[in-house]
Amino acid sequence: MIETFAALAEPNRLRIVELLRAGPRAVNDIGERLALQQPQVSKHLRVLKEAGLVEVRPRAQHRLYELRAAPLRELDLWLDRYRSLWAQRFDALDELLTELNTTEHRDD
Amino acid sequence: MTDPKHDTSMELRDDRDVVIARTFNAPARLVYDAWTKPEFVRRWWAPRSHGVSLVVCDADIRVGGAYRYVMRKDGDGADGDIGFSGRYVELTPHSRIVLTQIFEPMADAGEVVITVSFDEVDGQTHLVSQERYPSKEARDAAVGAGMEQGMRESMDQLEALVVALK
Repeated sequence: MIETFAALAEPNRLRIVELLRAGPRAVNDIGERLALQQPQVSKHLRVLKEAGLVEVRPRAQHRLYELRAAPLRELDLWLDRYRSLWAQRFDALDELLTELNTTEHRDD
Repeated sequence: MTDPKHDTSMELRDDRDVVIARTFNAPARLVYDAWTKPEFVRRWWAPRSHGVSLVVCDADIRVGGAYRYVMRKDGDGADGDIGFSGRYVELTPHSRIVLTQIFEPMADAGEVVITVSFDEVDGQTHLVSQERYPSKEARDAAVGAGMEQGMRESMDQLEALVVALK
């Protein structure tokens, strides 16, 4: 999980991941769309690959880079647990506020 | 007439921040009070569905004043207590609070600085809580602890289901 975070923490890598959400792409295609040099793109893809976020899929004469959903889902699940803790707190706060609002209007 | 409940949003921002937001159907004055005063905090801060309650909820609500909240899992003894403590850095009534927070079981990880803003529009209050962790590692660990808690909860539910099916 820390690996996923570390890989995504670099802004250009995050841009690559966002681009790949639309579908697999070749290195030069990624470079053109994001205005990055090819060696730079290759370096970022290597980090993403090591973190399990992308995989290479040979297609005809190209090597296409494709997003792997598993670590992203895991990340999403992780974040969702924390969000749910706060959602529950806020639901309770909501109830309390409704009660305070009512009490206040009764006192008017 | 009851207004519908709003969603809670959460995002990781930059390397060290977690930003949580929610809109409440109440004026900022009430939300601010409910956020700070212990008699109200007791009512919402420990999520009941997690099977925990607040056994300590002390707050000296003034700049430089200390607060301490302690959660205990139902049925557990005091040795499993989880404390959160810190000081108020800024208290702008009905508008903004800045406070520090130490998660006592991991006090070495350092202080989180929490900035809470309350924006009232048409009788509703938009609350944004920005938690700034001392490091990226500390932030990711804190968010991870939330997951661990949630997973434990799911396991408890699964266990209850299994018992019911017996």
